Amino acid sequence: MHARSLCLAVLGTLALGAPALAQKTSTQAIEEYREMLQDGNPADLFEMKGEELWSKKRGPKNASMQQCDLGKGPGVVKGAFVELPRWFADTGKVQDLESRLVTCMSTLQGIDPKEVINGQWGKGERANVTALATWVGAQSKGMPFNLPQSHAQEREMYQVGKRLFFQRGGSHDFACASCHGEEGKRIRLQDLPRLSGNPGDGVGFAAWPAYRVSNGQMWSMQHRLNDCYRQQRFPEPTYASDATVALGVYLGVNAKGDKSAVPTIKR
Amino acid sequence: MGDPMRIRAQAKDDKTTVRVLMAHEMESGQRKDSSGKLIPAWHITDVTATLNGKPVFACEWGPAVSKNPFLQFTIKGGKAGDKVAVTWKDTKGDTRTDEATVS
Repeated sequence: MHARSLCLAVLGTLALGAPALAQKTSTQAIEEYREMLQDGNPADLFEMKGEELWSKKRGPKNASMQQCDLGKGPGVVKGAFVELPRWFADTGKVQDLESRLVTCMSTLQGIDPKEVINGQWGKGERANVTALATWVGAQSKGMPFNLPQSHAQEREMYQVGKRLFFQRGGSHDFACASCHGEEGKRIRLQDLPRLSGNPGDGVGFAAWPAYRVSNGQMWSMQHRLNDCYRQQRFPEPTYASDATVALGVYLGVNAKGDKSAVPTIKR
Repeated sequence: MGDPMRIRAQAKDDKTTVRVLMAHEMESGQRKDSSGKLIPAWHITDVTATLNGKPVFACEWGPAVSKNPFLQFTIKGGKAGDKVAVTWKDTKGDTRTDEATVS
């Protein structure tokens, strides 16, 4: 009898809010699926590869990356991720994690940046940068984002990034803001965070690099931005270009205080 | 020889839970490349595990297992300090063994 009344109660709820409930359960189911995957996140494999690449002597100069300055001094990795992109005195530029890693690979190891910039996703030196970024990012897991905005160029990049975010164009008259400019938007079953505001812990900028289960690929923030532009039918932005870094500054500053969950796992 | 596995083994009560993450393409042999040619199958076929050298686990895998597979299993017995070794073999005859200490 008890079971039957429970059953009726469930039916009652279904009848009242069927469309809303159906939608909620499917996103909830995906949430559960992600949680289950979290324990065996294959991003760990890329993290291991990145850790090895950091200390391995490579390139024409046969040097490791251990003296790389990610903004907190040579070789300091912990906490570097949550303060990038930032301005660097030696290059005189605002750089994100990946463009900074490319700089270090070039200055310390003698690896030609063109190998990364003109390379392909998931292949060769570009894949190495993604692995390094995964490992570096993972060292700041749980730390809150706190991008510096003290240098004039950092503030300028924020404004440039903001303009790019809202700039509509392409065959579909799209902007980043079309999908990420307000709450409650989604693509298929994927909830889209509002990136023009503070998206919260482990969401948006605080979630990449991430492992994509559907294609078995490790995606860095550069890859994420590149694919967002592809989906908007824009021309592909150049790897580690100022435009992508500016967007990174905009997203990163907006995410101030949000705790990093990198590396995460995505559908 | 493939890339290293990540093995975690934890003893609790009278059981040891082993969690393994393997780096492998796991190509099913059903997919085609951009020129329409079939990509040959390349996946793990056998997975075995030992506890202090004694076989405790064996399974056969097919093409349906995902890329970079995650495997979890429980062993009766085992205590902190014991060695768990996992070995896989694939269709190309390649094999890899990694070891972890039970915590």
